Amino acid sequence: MKKIGERVAERAFFLSALASSLITVAILVFMVFMGLPLMREGGFYQLLVKPWAPYQGAFGIYPMIVGTACISLLGLAVAFPLSLGCSFLITTIAPKPVSRVFRRLIELMTGIPTVIYGFVGIFLLVPFVRELFQDGSGMCVLTAALVLGIMITPTMTLFFCDSFARIPRSYLDAADALGASPVQKLLYVILPSARKGLLNGVILALGRAVGDTLVALMLAGNSVRVPESVLEPARTLTAHIALVIAADYESPEFRSIFSCGVVLYLFTLVVTFLARYLSFAENKKA
Amino acid sequence: MKKISWIQPLLIISILLLVCAPAFSGSLDPFQGEKGVLKISGGTAHIPVMKDAAKKIMVMNPEIQISIAGGGSGVGIKQVGEGLVAIGNSGRKPTDEEISRYKLVLHKWAIDGVGPVVNPKNPVKALSKSQMKDIFAGKIENWKMLGGEDRKINIYTRDEASGTREVFWKKGLDKGEIIPGAHVVVSNGAMKSAIAQDPYGIGYVSVGHIDATVAPVALDGVVPTIETVQEGTYTIARGLYSNTRGEPSGLTKKFLDFLFTPEGKKIIEEKGFIPVR
Repeated sequence: MKKIGERVAERAFFLSALASSLITVAILVFMVFMGLPLMREGGFYQLLVKPWAPYQGAFGIYPMIVGTACISLLGLAVAFPLSLGCSFLITTIAPKPVSRVFRRLIELMTGIPTVIYGFVGIFLLVPFVRELFQDGSGMCVLTAALVLGIMITPTMTLFFCDSFARIPRSYLDAADALGASPVQKLLYVILPSARKGLLNGVILALGRAVGDTLVALMLAGNSVRVPESVLEPARTLTAHIALVIAADYESPEFRSIFSCGVVLYLFTLVVTFLARYLSFAENKKA
Repeated sequence: MKKISWIQPLLIISILLLVCAPAFSGSLDPFQGEKGVLKISGGTAHIPVMKDAAKKIMVMNPEIQISIAGGGSGVGIKQVGEGLVAIGNSGRKPTDEEISRYKLVLHKWAIDGVGPVVNPKNPVKALSKSQMKDIFAGKIENWKMLGGEDRKINIYTRDEASGTREVFWKKGLDKGEIIPGAHVVVSNGAMKSAIAQDPYGIGYVSVGHIDATVAPVALDGVVPTIETVQEGTYTIARGLYSNTRGEPSGLTKKFLDFLFTPEGKKIIEEKGFIPVR
């Protein structure tokens, strides 16, 4: 016999879970529905491979997809070694008080709004990159990727730290007993046994990098051409949505941003399922 | 408890002061005793002025409701013509066909100039119109070709919805090409800070936005300033129009009249436009 309060609570929680999952599905349906006229005209595939030239009637988002991929992957390449180093320092090398201070600092960094990163990037990094390479404006793929990398590092570091902390103490003791150096311990004990956590951290950070709007909007230059080098400006999907959303509601420009939305949505979906699948496969093996 | 006892009256007094203060200004007097709903839509360039004016009016008289929507010049003209809104804003003069079909009455209350700007450090401060067109089309790629430093020209433009871009593209570039490799910034303010930061950049801003951080570029010998736009010697400019269907009356008329009062003109100037005399 369940108490009435318990049943009410159960029902309420069920309804809220149902509502949130329905909203997620509804967003996808909404975006596909709104983008349908344009997608039907030239096919969804056409939108993905064509350039963006509204005056010639081309509303392809290919340059934006390339821009997103370049900036977020490069950002990830910056963030991964940084995070790995930070988390190794915090969990293994540094003495307790130092590591505690570091951890607090990194937790603090996760809370800094992205607009601050963008702002600092504009005034410090953009002129630096411009003068260093003596080419372009400094607003480019490289600048955006560097700032994005620094932005996602705290999230990634905290994930790595947690996964390092979950390694059974006995493994580390065994390595110590065998006379392993800290580096050997990292390479042969910590990294292999924390693989799942590392992967999860990387995937979540990638999601954050792809989804971030402001850093790219402020630092990448937003040009609609496919970048030929990391010193050229580029536009991400999220920045593209932010730039076009103010356009006339009836215009095909406005319609096309729903296809950007669909692409971003599907990307997140794929990444999430990949992460789930990988951890599932890992669990099965263990 | 003792602290609160004197903070509360102070708070009440200051709120009362805030609420009552606008009632003293003369330009808003016609709105006293008025009530009703006023719907405005159309041109996005107008919105800052509209919002500020509406806020002042609605604070003074809470019985008045003013709603402001965007949509673009075309939408504004269409909606006012079909009677969906009382005022339809446009950043261009409605065509003769539109005026006769919808029986529009135009109210031009401001002039907005758009001028090319470079970094103050850049020695190139004068261009011919054809040189500027070549720069934006990507034919002139280096400042050296214009007597500047041996550095690539970084071109800055505005987003698709920008009215500033529309005017500059039509009247400054004669609808010429802007290369897809151009940097895109989201507002007049962002354009200004981008050019202020980049010694090798060129872009364009609403004339009201030009200050010491950026240098205006003389076009065929005419420097874009509020004065040259006013005189008509600098030609990359447009009127900001509010259109009504037939002669306005009641609240609509009072709202449009407000834009021509000293206080209305002050708002227009604050937002970087030139009020119409």
